[in-house]
Amino acid sequence: MNIYEEDILDHYENPSNYGTLEGPDISYEEDNPLCGDRIRMDLKVEDGIITDLRFSGHGCTISQAAASMLTEEIKGQHLEDIKKLSKDDILDMLGIPLGPVRLKCGLLALKVLKAGAYGLKGWPGDEDEETE
Amino acid sequence: MSAQPTNSALHTLDVEAIRNDFSILQQESDLPLIYLDSAATSQTPDPVVDAMDAYYRIYNSNIHRGIYRISEEATAKYEEARQRIGRFINARRSSQIIFTRNTTESINLVAYSWGSANLREGDEILLTVMEHHSNLLPWQLLSQRTGAKLRFIEVTDEGVLQLDDLEKLLTERTKIVAMTHVSNVLGTINPIQELTAAAHAVGAKVLIDGAQSVPHFNVDVQALDCDFLAFSGHKMCGPTGIGVLYGKSDLLEEMPPFLGGGSMIRAVQRESSTYADVPAKFEAGTPAIAEAIGLAAAADYLSKVGLEAIFVHEGELLEYAHQKLSEIEDITIYGPKPRQKTGAITFNLAGAHPHDLAGVLDTVGVAVRAGHHCAQPLMEKFGVIATARASFYLYNKLDEIDCLYEGLLKAQRMLTRRRR
Repeated sequence: MNIYEEDILDHYENPSNYGTLEGPDISYEEDNPLCGDRIRMDLKVEDGIITDLRFSGHGCTISQAAASMLTEEIKGQHLEDIKKLSKDDILDMLGIPLGPVRLKCGLLALKVLKAGAYGLKGWPGDEDEETE
Repeated sequence: MSAQPTNSALHTLDVEAIRNDFSILQQESDLPLIYLDSAATSQTPDPVVDAMDAYYRIYNSNIHRGIYRISEEATAKYEEARQRIGRFINARRSSQIIFTRNTTESINLVAYSWGSANLREGDEILLTVMEHHSNLLPWQLLSQRTGAKLRFIEVTDEGVLQLDDLEKLLTERTKIVAMTHVSNVLGTINPIQELTAAAHAVGAKVLIDGAQSVPHFNVDVQALDCDFLAFSGHKMCGPTGIGVLYGKSDLLEEMPPFLGGGSMIRAVQRESSTYADVPAKFEAGTPAIAEAIGLAAAADYLSKVGLEAIFVHEGELLEYAHQKLSEIEDITIYGPKPRQKTGAITFNLAGAHPHDLAGVLDTVGVAVRAGHHCAQPLMEKFGVIATARASFYLYNKLDEIDCLYEGLLKAQRMLTRRRR
């Protein structure tokens, strides 16, 4: 399957929830040192529910499309549910397989979100890689 | 023999015949394999694979120890490989060839062993802004250990070394100049011979990172007069896991060991030991035997094809790539013009991330590199986070550059149609 599916290019060119928020309850920004992609997430949270959010930054189609799709997915959700989002959820949203390098591009938005919301600093999915 | 590459119309390559030597290029597949990433790792011709295969199938054994037939054969082949590599770079003696894992380990060996013994606070290490991280980090670590200071030769907007103020940078405080022969990003060929002479004039030693030069043209350590030369097997048609450090004999003999263990000793007591002579002193533990043998086969292969012919062929590819890619709207090509460089063309397309360029090119079978190429200070100099790089070798064809060109047009159509 082509990783440059129309859906991904659409999100890249016309991203949902792109921008920043005034006085966000949570704001976090990080880059992927491998390629310099950068994503910032701003969230408004009321009673644990994400009422509004924006992302901003720059990077490749995969990192930007994944961020756009993720913001659509989690708007209105409870912050606790974000914790359960996994690498596979992002891959499902993107609908394409990703090699190990591009996987980091795809996961950057979720990593930023989890770091901002919970201080979880690792890459989503890395915790899966036990060898037992 | 010239240290700088020479051009001659007499040298032509039979590229189709060369491609037949590379099984990987003969695979049947839906997509062609248009491999334009040889600066990262080159492909391996069958004679190299066969040489390593023979070691494992016929005389696999440890070296320098076994008193039996196949171990003696392995030892002889390993030491022949050392001689062969010595001849390849015109070293005076085979004992000047130390097998390491790669260029990175070779440079670390010098920084730890020679650097720790010879540098102190107030001394200076002169590098260039175009170094691969492998020729930067070992010196940063040495600087932190010793208090010696790092200084840098800048790079011009054209992608060549800024040598106007060399006199200010190269002084009696300079103890070593460590610089790349050829930039892994820009392909720039640096004036190493002149810089080495200038360094020696102030009493500094010279280490050359030859990772991108030794594979592409004749490098003669005696003509260059460098004190150390580091290079890797896997960028010169050899296997991964094997690299070389060449050093001048008097320096290697004075230097303390780098890693300790078996093979590098003469006699061992509980509290102290005496060490073997060079090169064994620097080859602790069982080395990469098959890989050393494979590297010698790679050197044989390149010599048989002819390094001058390879250099001329790459020059033609580069010239064509420059001409073709320059036709693309909104492209920025970094680095000097062809003929002042070898091996690589690095570029960006406005509005498209290099990762996406590489990703779209992959969909048409073209393999290029995208990223910072382990040269972040150079990226910073050009004000970019990443670039795309196509790099060439003896097996590449002109029509592969047409595929690169078409692929880039496709990428441009897809990625920059109505971006915010």
